[in-house]
Amino acid sequence: MHTLLDKTIPPQKKHSPFTIPNSQFPRVLLAHGGGGQLTDSLLNNHILPHISNPILNDLLDSGILPTTTNRLAISIDSYVVTPWKFPGGDIGRLAVSGTINDLAVTGATPLALALSIILAEGFELTHLDAVMASIATTAKEANVRIITGDTKVVAHNQADGIYLTTAGLGSIPHSTNLHPSQITTGQLLLLNGPIADHGLAVMLAREFPDVTTTLQSDVAPLNHLIHTLMTEHPNAITFMRDPTRGGLAGLCADLARQTRLHITLDESAIPIRHEARHAADMLGLDPLEIANEGKILLTVHPQHAQQVLQTLRSHPLGRDSAIIGQIDKAEHTPDAICELRTLIGGRRIIHKPYGEQLPRIC
Amino acid sequence: MTAAEIVRGYLTQLNRAADALAKREGRTRNLIFMEICGTHTMTAFRTGLHSLLPPTIKLLSGPGCPVCVTAQSDIDQLLNLATTPNTTICTYGDMLRVPGSTQNLGGENRKSKIENQKSLESARSQGADIRVIYSTLDTLTYAQNNPTREVILAAVGFETTAPATAAAILQAHSTNLKNFSVLASHKRVLPAMTALLDSGEVHIDGLLCPGHVSAITGSAIFQTLVEKYHLPCVIAGFEETHMAAALATLAEILATGTPQLLNNYKEAVTPHGNPAALALIHEVFQPASVRWRALGEIPASGLTIRNKFAAFDATKKFNLPTLPDREIPNCLCSKVILGAASPKNCPLFATACTPIHPIGPCMVSSEGTCAAHFKYARHLSHTTIRAATVRERQAPSKEGGFHAYVA
Repeated sequence: MHTLLDKTIPPQKKHSPFTIPNSQFPRVLLAHGGGGQLTDSLLNNHILPHISNPILNDLLDSGILPTTTNRLAISIDSYVVTPWKFPGGDIGRLAVSGTINDLAVTGATPLALALSIILAEGFELTHLDAVMASIATTAKEANVRIITGDTKVVAHNQADGIYLTTAGLGSIPHSTNLHPSQITTGQLLLLNGPIADHGLAVMLAREFPDVTTTLQSDVAPLNHLIHTLMTEHPNAITFMRDPTRGGLAGLCADLARQTRLHITLDESAIPIRHEARHAADMLGLDPLEIANEGKILLTVHPQHAQQVLQTLRSHPLGRDSAIIGQIDKAEHTPDAICELRTLIGGRRIIHKPYGEQLPRIC
Repeated sequence: MTAAEIVRGYLTQLNRAADALAKREGRTRNLIFMEICGTHTMTAFRTGLHSLLPPTIKLLSGPGCPVCVTAQSDIDQLLNLATTPNTTICTYGDMLRVPGSTQNLGGENRKSKIENQKSLESARSQGADIRVIYSTLDTLTYAQNNPTREVILAAVGFETTAPATAAAILQAHSTNLKNFSVLASHKRVLPAMTALLDSGEVHIDGLLCPGHVSAITGSAIFQTLVEKYHLPCVIAGFEETHMAAALATLAEILATGTPQLLNNYKEAVTPHGNPAALALIHEVFQPASVRWRALGEIPASGLTIRNKFAAFDATKKFNLPTLPDREIPNCLCSKVILGAASPKNCPLFATACTPIHPIGPCMVSSEGTCAAHFKYARHLSHTTIRAATVRERQAPSKEGGFHAYVA
């Protein structure tokens, strides 16, 4: 055996020859699509610089366009989930709910959707029928119509079955102002139910198709719930966002960075199903980093928090709502972080995930 | 009782035992316990256990992260294979982002045409067929369904994952599967721990032994460490409560003055292990001298495929050349793995080396010490996180001091 340790430590260097600027990734990686730090890098280095403008730069779930009467919200999202059908939902329900939720969390009432379908040669038409039926049912549930659309077909090996894109238009009353800039010290964080169900249901369906599980995606249109909240508590809520890709961890880490305020989450208060905790454990994944599709995180003035919680809990999509954290009493600082008070009373940082969720070895 | 209450109870017990030890020794000293298993490393950070430990108790990570201890030459070998035409690599997710040393010594037929060969992840983005698997049997299914491709399982891990690799090889053998092989980098825990302790470079007061490995090997293997190094050993499960209990037990053993091995994880671990799994390992593998990152070559520390199954040994099947083992310049992973340096001592940590741009393996694996530090403890103040390494200067003492690198 050779010498275990030589005790020479290389001198501290500020810049190592290994530091490679943005060209570190010469090609698109799967992780660029994971909603984590690599997605940020894709947006900041390759997409936003070309089309930057004040509305886009806000990076809200919808772009908000001022008009003479009220404001218009526009949102668009693509859906490429595999498998197209999973416990609790399918790509159709996802495509309608996702865009409606992106409109609704900015305070917009969804007015209409546009739908674009990319089909791969060979995709079974009975499956397309099932997806369209699901789109119709979900749109009806949300009371939003699809008023325009497009279809394209590509060769067998150029796409995986079916991809959907939905764009949505919504209307925001002038009195509504949901924005990260409204978040201040002392406000509380509310969540409308258990985390990680969607990401785990899809992952289990994809990787372990033979495993039976009670886990179901939480995908649902949240516009009615949000409408009720905004009507009953017009001055209580300062910001909303849905913790989809990147999970609660990605969202909270982003919020801390954007607001420059410390956030503390209380692990014991974050709702999670027993099955989800175990499935995540088995896959070696952190439930906080797993995607949700029917969840909203709200920041609320502390004096209104209990009433908002009551309203959330009285709605079928918010029965298990909880106050899960708070904006700490700390100065604005560029080093603001989101911290988790753990189940055993310890502390750790909540970090934005990398991008691709990788199962561990043992 | 809640987990918080249980942990608090064990921490009180730990403090009491530390006090008793101080009384017996006539002085208070820092206690350093090493956890060998990467899953323990993760649990301690993820649950905030580090932040709850008293200032005099340190938890140090040992060489138990399978990705981190895999020799650079093995990683390079894998990357060369990955970029060979008509080849599929099946791998556990943790291996996907481990950087190669960018050497390409694989001969004419393996000469990479792919630019910037860096990791399995970047190879995949350039068209290489890399599949993340959850079970070794997925590899067999893939090989059966794609008979024209060479399907290679990148098998890493300790005694925990070796039985699954063995099972796959046996099944391939019985079904006469021609296009399946294994690049095996399996390691054995005990020889590595012995080598580490023999080196005399790392001084610890007790060992938190891995529950998963012990479930396979049996608890008795750790008795050697008690006898040879007078080291208290406690086998622990993976919940934070298990770990807190084991730390308390370790301190209590120290306080008695008589080192011993205790099995705190009796629900899963027996003295002699899992005979079926051990039989699988024995049938397919034989102990061999293999290379580790940081530790170099250690006799009998690896598991290589027996000659009977040579047809499934990628090294033999493709007549792979032995690659030189190149360490990555400036990267302190080799010391971090041994618990001999803190991630913060590394000039690359959190500057050039981050989870997004990992340079060393400790930043790649979710069980890696650097990744755990970066992810869970980087911003927290020194007073709140007593991480798995020693920050303050501590004079090496004959009684069991610790050669700490000063941040």
